[in-house]
Amino acid sequence: MAAPEVHHLFHNPIADHSFSADRKTLAIARDTTVELYGKVGSAFKLKDELKGHDKTVTSVDIAPNSGRIVSCSQDRNALVWEPSPQGVYKPTLVLLRINRAATFVRWSPSETKFAVGSGDRVIAVCYFEEENDWWVSKHLKKPIRSTITTVAWHPNSVLLAAGSTDAHARVFSSFIKGVDARPDPGVWGERLPFNTVCGEYMNNSAGWVHAVAFSPSGDALAFAAHDSSITVVYPSGPDLPPKAIISISTQLLPFMSLIWNGEAEIIAAGYDCEAFRFKGGVQGWQLSGTLEAKGRPGLGEGREESALNMFKQMDLKGKTKDDTQLKTVHQNTITTLRPFESSGAAVKKFSSSGVDGRIVIWHT
Amino acid sequence: MSQSLRPYLQAVRSSLTAALCLSNFASQTAERHNVPEIEAQTSPEVLLTPLTIARNENERVLIEPSINSIRISIRIKQADEIEHILVHKFTRFLTQRAESFFILRRKPIKGYDISFLITNFHTEEMLKHKLVDFIIQFMEEVDKEISEMKLFVRFSPPNITCNGGPGLTDITQLNARARFVAESFLTPFD
Repeated sequence: MAAPEVHHLFHNPIADHSFSADRKTLAIARDTTVELYGKVGSAFKLKDELKGHDKTVTSVDIAPNSGRIVSCSQDRNALVWEPSPQGVYKPTLVLLRINRAATFVRWSPSETKFAVGSGDRVIAVCYFEEENDWWVSKHLKKPIRSTITTVAWHPNSVLLAAGSTDAHARVFSSFIKGVDARPDPGVWGERLPFNTVCGEYMNNSAGWVHAVAFSPSGDALAFAAHDSSITVVYPSGPDLPPKAIISISTQLLPFMSLIWNGEAEIIAAGYDCEAFRFKGGVQGWQLSGTLEAKGRPGLGEGREESALNMFKQMDLKGKTKDDTQLKTVHQNTITTLRPFESSGAAVKKFSSSGVDGRIVIWHT
Repeated sequence: MSQSLRPYLQAVRSSLTAALCLSNFASQTAERHNVPEIEAQTSPEVLLTPLTIARNENERVLIEPSINSIRISIRIKQADEIEHILVHKFTRFLTQRAESFFILRRKPIKGYDISFLITNFHTEEMLKHKLVDFIIQFMEEVDKEISEMKLFVRFSPPNITCNGGPGLTDITQLNARARFVAESFLTPFD
């Protein structure tokens, strides 16, 4: 396995990151700004700062085709940053109509809508209204009882999965007349007017849901919760009990983010600061190991204790061994995983960002 | 380290590691606020079940986790009145300097001697395993510290002078000598 590509950008937490379609621009949510990094040689250099929020930016997403950037923040706002031909970004405020923090934002695959999760117990589904020249929103709110922590889009751009701190992962329809084409009936339902709840799954031990993701076909849903488990749901059709709900509990710390790699593999990462691989299908899933090659060179072994070094350490720090470094690449919680390079449904490379200010690109 | 201390500290260590999974979470009740949920106690669903780890009836640790903060309260062993006073003085010394101590809470939880409040901002800028190490080391050291202080109190003069008795300085010298003799007498045998 090739070594991961590590970019240590700064010493602040990265709330979220997103690559542009050509993988040359990287948007980072850092404190109250969105920072744009451009690829120069093999490193990423700061190119632009998008300032518009006045509280912590919680999430950022670049639409792959249009190049628009959407960001949301704890100041209750979301901004759409439109690129001009000169490369300058112009912000447009979105009418979210929420009065708590916006926590998570993602473009739909069609790029005509995006969903903003919030602490106001609603998901704002936003779309562009031509006649008013304005981004407006419709609220999904019915069974949600707590902060939305994460959202994920179905490939058909109508169904939306959301995880929240009330321990539920839900699948909603976000069908908006005039914006969306009528979706084909599938396993999640046939008629899908706005705010139809197509699925509602609770975590066994009532842990907060940190991450949700649809499988590449959209026929399965995976979510990770605070009890260190991952649950995969295979629905069988409208008004029928699901074919299978498989819950994999682990001895690890909770996962914060997960992505599918094809239909039979999930990659998840979180508080253990490393990524883990799960394999399986409708019959069952299991943890198949970490993605990190242990015992990488240049980590401790390289400068194995010489007597001089040992006494130097004792003199400087009052101890013989320096144990401040973790053995993993990330030195703190991984908050976001994103596919970086895919071929069809399979992910060839994926990127991770964490609280330690690192962006790492991994080979699967 | 005594035999019962090791499993006790091990239990505290693994519970703390699991409880220190914090994330940035803005308040659901107050607009544009971001407060430690364990202190605000406004949304029950973001609080986890508190956990007490007890070594015996007068040594225990309370861990109260939530989504963006945890509170750790320690009850330090107090076998007698002197230890009680010493612990009180010692924790008071620390809590008065809480600003430069980052994770120290100004006031302990009722029934405990000292409390720490760790938020997601602390785990973002400090190493998580080092924070756990710090709490464990604190628990290890504090007992030692208190018994050392107690020994010192025993040897130092009582705060009363009786008329006609030896003067204060005499007692101090006497005590210092007694201590020195006792120490040098005891060293070969321990």
